[in-house]
Amino acid sequence: MKNPVNMPRGLWVKCESCKEILYHKEVRDNLLVCPRCQHHFRMTAEERFDMLFDGGKHKLLFQKVRSADPLGFVDTKSYRERVTAYTRRLGPGDALLVARGEIARRPAIVAAMQYRFMGGSMGSVVGEKMTRAIELCLSRRLALISVACSGGARMQEGVLSLMQMAKISAGLARMRDRGLPYISILSDPTTGGVTASFAMLGDVNIAEPGALIGFAGPRVIEQTIRQKLPEGFQRSEFLLEHGMLDMVVPRGELLDAVVRCLNCFQPS
Amino acid sequence: MATPTLPFLQPIEEVRERLLKLQSEPSSLERDDALAVTKRELEETIESVFSDLTPWQRCQVARHPERPYTLDYINGTMTGFVELHGDRSFADDPAIVAGFAQLEGDPVAVIGHQKGRSTSEKVRRNFGMPRPEGYRKALRVMRLAARFGRPVVTFIDTPGAYPGIDAEERGQAEAIATNLLEMARLPVPIVVVVTGEGGSGGALALGIGDRIMMLEHSIYSVISPEGCAAILWKDQARAQDAASALKITAPDLKQLGVIDEVIPEPLGGAHMDPPTMCRSISAAVRRALKELRRSKTDALLQRRYRKFRTMGRFLER
Ligand SMILES: [Zn+2]
Repeated sequence: MKNPVNMPRGLWVKCESCKEILYHKEVRDNLLVCPRCQHHFRMTAEERFDMLFDGGKHKLLFQKVRSADPLGFVDTKSYRERVTAYTRRLGPGDALLVARGEIARRPAIVAAMQYRFMGGSMGSVVGEKMTRAIELCLSRRLALISVACSGGARMQEGVLSLMQMAKISAGLARMRDRGLPYISILSDPTTGGVTASFAMLGDVNIAEPGALIGFAGPRVIEQTIRQKLPEGFQRSEFLLEHGMLDMVVPRGELLDAVVRCLNCFQPS
Repeated sequence: MATPTLPFLQPIEEVRERLLKLQSEPSSLERDDALAVTKRELEETIESVFSDLTPWQRCQVARHPERPYTLDYINGTMTGFVELHGDRSFADDPAIVAGFAQLEGDPVAVIGHQKGRSTSEKVRRNFGMPRPEGYRKALRVMRLAARFGRPVVTFIDTPGAYPGIDAEERGQAEAIATNLLEMARLPVPIVVVVTGEGGSGGALALGIGDRIMMLEHSIYSVISPEGCAAILWKDQARAQDAASALKITAPDLKQLGVIDEVIPEPLGGAHMDPPTMCRSISAAVRRALKELRRSKTDALLQRRYRKFRTMGRFLER
């Protein structure tokens, strides 16, 4: 596995939750979960593929789809410059990578978001790649697994970002009509337009422990209601209790949970 | 939420006040002349103010406190409205109204966000910000419409989904997502009219359809200009810049291929002449429904899928 971006490079790494200084290799061998406090570090899309596909073997798809700048958006910096800088640093793929491989020896598509690319924000590229992933599942009758990790819509593409929610959800409606299984994995954080579209639409919704999951961000809610939010609000366990998830599964057991769910829906 | 008189509308208000004063005076040759001149002056003033609105000003017109709301449009365009209540699982959400009515004799389902006019009504309607049960009530009525073969007309006017603890607890993300999915495959024609504020996910949850229209001075955006300014500029006062950058006006959305039609508003905005506004909406919706009724359901749903499938802009190389 490659070095995750939210962990400093080098031999040692500090857990952002328990503040323990940990041996980097030990954390990586533990699927980027803190061996002391079980804090789940963020993963890149490639690390998700390594974890989910048989032998980590996979083929990246739709990598030529790249951000345009449909609005000519400039805030304190131009959107074009921002995207170029991220792409130079992280390679092509924007905030969502799609790959094909096998899970438990059955072909499947995994669409994994990466927070490190502009906060995992969803613009036209994420929407297009996710929709192509769905359409590939439809034409080849494959199962779809998504891993959400996103701060929400990409503001710099304005209303076009909003419309990606509609586009993807329309694709998922077709998956349902054709009886193809879709498993949604929610990781920290999953908020905004990604939650209010594909992340919540799995036939099975599985979250990693302690992940922030919601539509409105906690800060916006606090500002609106002028109250402190209760402990554990909008965390995976809270959503499970409120009926929005099927299960909360630690990363070490995630692949097994996915395989067992896929088995439930496989034609007999 | 909105200020009583917006500064850029002040010149119009001044002339309007003079006109009202003249109208209350007894008729005389002099007064009648002045009245005619002032009437023309009012028209010219409105025209000059509205010929060159900035996106931020349009946003304020969209939020104008006198702007007609969904029930005004239902009452102004339809007859025999039967309002239905409740999502059958938790509560009734007054921020969304839904039911059945006749549009020039044709039965339709009608659903829209509802803002309040008085302070207490504003609070009761939660300023038009739905909770999950609102989206779920809307979906219940849409499914009824499908069962009885009625086309669906939606009116969109919301600042957005409600950022509250209860709305999150009851799964507003799931409720919005489910509406997107189900509206994509609802087997009856859907016509969407953005009448005021098209605020993000709370708007989109009623916004999937075969024809999407916007009133001339309405807005439609992924985030409020204030919210965007706070995040990207770290300064809410830059909302004017955000409003321009986000491309939220009806002509912008037409140009971006997100909407099909801009419905012109009466001079000075919908609130200046609600009956005329209602006639324009009625005509546009009926025209759309007439066209959509010609399609078989499969073709209708296929076209609806293609419509949203092609939204977004990217490069490929
Ligand atoms: Zn730790």
